[in-house]
Amino acid sequence: MIATFLIQDGVTNGAIYALLGLALVLLFSVTRVIFIPQGEFVAYGALTLALLDGGKVPATISLLVCFGAIAFLFDLWSMRRGADARAFLRSVALNLVLPGAIYGITVMLAPLGLPSVAKALLTILIITPMGAYVYRIAYRPLADASVLVLLIASVGVHLAMMGLGLVFFGAEGLRANPLADDNFNIGSLMVSAQSLCIYGATIAIIIGLYLFFERTLLGKALRATAVNRLGARLVGVRTHLTGVTAFTLAAAIGAVSGVLIGPITTIYYDTGFLIGLKGFVAAIIGGLASFPITAIAAIGVGLVESFSSFFASSYKEVIVFGLIIPVLIWLSLSHGFHEEE
Amino acid sequence: MSGNLLELSGIHVSYGRAEVLHGISLSMKPGSIVTVIGANGAGKSTLLNAIMGIVPSSGSIVYDGGPVPRSVEGRVAAGLCLVPEKRELFATMSVEDNVELGGFLRSASERTETREQVYARFPRLAERRKQLAGTLSGGERQMLALARALMSRPRLLLLDEPSLGLAPRIVMDILNIVSELRTTGVSILLVEQNARAALEIADEGYLVELGEVRLSGPASELAVNPALMESYLGTHS
Repeated sequence: MIATFLIQDGVTNGAIYALLGLALVLLFSVTRVIFIPQGEFVAYGALTLALLDGGKVPATISLLVCFGAIAFLFDLWSMRRGADARAFLRSVALNLVLPGAIYGITVMLAPLGLPSVAKALLTILIITPMGAYVYRIAYRPLADASVLVLLIASVGVHLAMMGLGLVFFGAEGLRANPLADDNFNIGSLMVSAQSLCIYGATIAIIIGLYLFFERTLLGKALRATAVNRLGARLVGVRTHLTGVTAFTLAAAIGAVSGVLIGPITTIYYDTGFLIGLKGFVAAIIGGLASFPITAIAAIGVGLVESFSSFFASSYKEVIVFGLIIPVLIWLSLSHGFHEEE
Repeated sequence: MSGNLLELSGIHVSYGRAEVLHGISLSMKPGSIVTVIGANGAGKSTLLNAIMGIVPSSGSIVYDGGPVPRSVEGRVAAGLCLVPEKRELFATMSVEDNVELGGFLRSASERTETREQVYARFPRLAERRKQLAGTLSGGERQMLALARALMSRPRLLLLDEPSLGLAPRIVMDILNIVSELRTTGVSILLVEQNARAALEIADEGYLVELGEVRLSGPASELAVNPALMESYLGTHS
């Protein structure tokens, strides 16, 4: 009986970690960025949803407008030596008009008491463009940097986004209302509608990603960039295009994770980091390359976490993060023979 | 300026403090095959990489009567296409996907049209559409690299050692395909160590040694040049 509860809990959390892990694998394989701040998108998403639930205008939209404005300044700076009108207009549309429009929509809709699905969609709409801006501001200028430099930049972005989270959301934790309130009994097991939403969304995103990477030319271009960066440039795939696409997708996935996790646990401005690290454990087990192994490993991480929090709750995090060590040893042994690549 | 498709003057390239190209000048007419021959390390590949924009260079590159676009992608869009020495295929993706991505910058209808032509030219690849690029033989990989390049509808194809590591019979196949491509209006800048074979199909030739042009002229004249014969044509590589 207890075991079934623990399994259900573990799978639910594992599904969230799977989304994080997939986003991390996606970003690393396409852009070589180990994206520590993925958890911040989750926290932003959850907090935005919680504020919308309270009928408030979430501070995230001001943050979005600030991000857009900074990204626009970056674009202007890189256009200082001659620019064509099309690039300028595109930059205005993406960095100023889009966040402005989202700001307007949110201010209008927030006090109306929307249905919960609409609030969830609005949250995703607010968070998703942030991925593109974060890429523009922090990573695009470093497109040719080493993995280590990109990692250091990630630490910086993480600290900045966490700090901004504190400024915009305050130090208090918030919990969103569930997307659906019902519970179902399957045998002796009680399943909440929220966890069904989580499973459904995770599966839908995995299928969506599969179709995107297998069926669309842009998705194939992202895969090609991951397989062979020089080859991708030689067929005319812009590094910036794949970077923006990958980061936007990651932010969208982060926002969805936030919407899903917001109602099941209280989220603080800094909660994202720990959730992100657990997704990272799964991504590491997948070698930062394999989507299916990452998804399965994430479920495993969720299960290990729920069982260890029951049997040895004070060692919960130690046990979860300890999972990395044997994997790293195994990976380093199995990769030791062709190092010159 | 004459009606040259490509006009290089004074191209310098440095890796760190070491300069590897010391002012190369070269010109090629539309629809011609020009070959650059020379020993290993002479700077031939570097020259192609500079034309493609993969390595930064100084000097002037005039393409189709104007300055060449700045970015690699801009150059691909303008009709330049490099088939590098290492092919740089997408090894874990299918032959079909590799071909498809070659036409990334072209419209869907252009891709469909070019794809038919490409598969007609390389029936071997059409048979292996679903196979992963990494599982192909050396010759097939070179064909795939050429097929991917042709999908971008190039006007100037830069070929870096297309015969490298291939069996002699396949080398002839590949070079035959290269000389056939000219009839479709594509100009080709061919870098080769296999000087004899390259000069056979080329119109013009340049001999590059230690980052400088030593000799240049019509390929038929270079093929009988005594100095060149001694150092590059005497033994088959």
